[in-house]
Amino acid sequence: MKFWRLPLDAEAHSIPQGEVRIIESRCKGCGFCIEFCPNGCLKVSKRFNSKGYHPPELVFQAEDCVECGLCTLICPEFAIFTQLKEPKKITEEDIQRVTTRFSRKDKRYLRR
Amino acid sequence: MKVRLRELQPFDKEAAEAAIKHDHGLHPHDEYLKPGRIPHIWCPGCGLGVVLTTFIEAMRRKNITPDQCAVVSGIGCTGRVAGYLNMDTYHTTHGRAIPFATGLALAKPDLHVTVFSGDGDLFAIGGNHMIHAARRNVNLKVICVNNFNYGMTGGQVAPTTPLGAKTSTTPRGNAEPGFNLPHLAHAAGAVYVARWTTFHPRQLVHSISQTFDKTGFTFVEAIAPCPTGYGRPNKLGAGLDEMKFYGEHSEIRNGAPPGDAEIELRGKIVVGTFIDVDRPDFLTSYNSRIVSAAQAKGKQKEKVKIA
Repeated sequence: MKFWRLPLDAEAHSIPQGEVRIIESRCKGCGFCIEFCPNGCLKVSKRFNSKGYHPPELVFQAEDCVECGLCTLICPEFAIFTQLKEPKKITEEDIQRVTTRFSRKDKRYLRR
Repeated sequence: MKVRLRELQPFDKEAAEAAIKHDHGLHPHDEYLKPGRIPHIWCPGCGLGVVLTTFIEAMRRKNITPDQCAVVSGIGCTGRVAGYLNMDTYHTTHGRAIPFATGLALAKPDLHVTVFSGDGDLFAIGGNHMIHAARRNVNLKVICVNNFNYGMTGGQVAPTTPLGAKTSTTPRGNAEPGFNLPHLAHAAGAVYVARWTTFHPRQLVHSISQTFDKTGFTFVEAIAPCPTGYGRPNKLGAGLDEMKFYGEHSEIRNGAPPGDAEIELRGKIVVGTFIDVDRPDFLTSYNSRIVSAAQAKGKQKEKVKIA
């Protein structure tokens, strides 16, 4: 599906932009945040932390974080949280991107 | 063979405290956690941390400060919660979390008393306390973390282990069917009964924050993965695989009769808010019957004395 123009009320809405903070020394590498992030912002890093686990790392499309807060809730170790940056105005690019790349049939995890 | 030992270094208290201060306070939930206790002892992939996070998030959502809340927990992996929360907590003996919390809830009626314990603690050794507290409708919030075995002692069979599941004491499969906890709590008289898995953290936050508004005995069961005690012998995989399993096999049915919520090994898990009713709690019925009767009797005696 393709939108041929911006929605008329696009100025009334905005996309929240989140910043993911990771406390690496607490991570035990269970992988919940990596698996269940709805936008696929995280991946396993190749580095080790002080305990010998692989902490999560932001992928290249890290601006996709919309501060939903699921990683904060699902992390059992209190090692990851998100902070709200300034919300972004909706542009035509965003709408194309969301409708094409984040459609439900798309298997996002294969893109990593 | 020559063994080389590392040189012993004397304990540096200042450095240890600096290390504790370095990490504490970075996370927004750290104001509810005791400084220096995180990282906790639970295994990687364990769901207990998720339930603790959702409990703290529910408190934050309802604007409940740590001094308005008390947490009582029993023995087991889940019993460690009392040591991690930075509020008035008590770590009781095995199975006796509910009797202690009953006294606390009756002595301090305006305190939110939460019992945070595991399935082996609440339903094996503390089973009678649980059903009688539900019958009396004491003003308690019970969060039961169900991981289908006794995790801390080495994965023994528990009253919630499903039929046919392998544990360290039932290597050929469990011959007994497990408890259906929401059905038991509903039959005993709880006013709020819900069951969620750790795959549903948002729903769990919503359920726990709803229990802060209820007066009476509320029961929330949180099904948590136990990769070392239950997942490994039953070939369910690591904690992440168990979480995916819960995501695929759970079926949300709010308002379903709790009798339908039986758990089978590798079967469907019915989750949802099953029961939400209102019933006078123990303290109000005690005050309206016994205390008021005693006061009336005392006034009659005073009248006789004056006359």
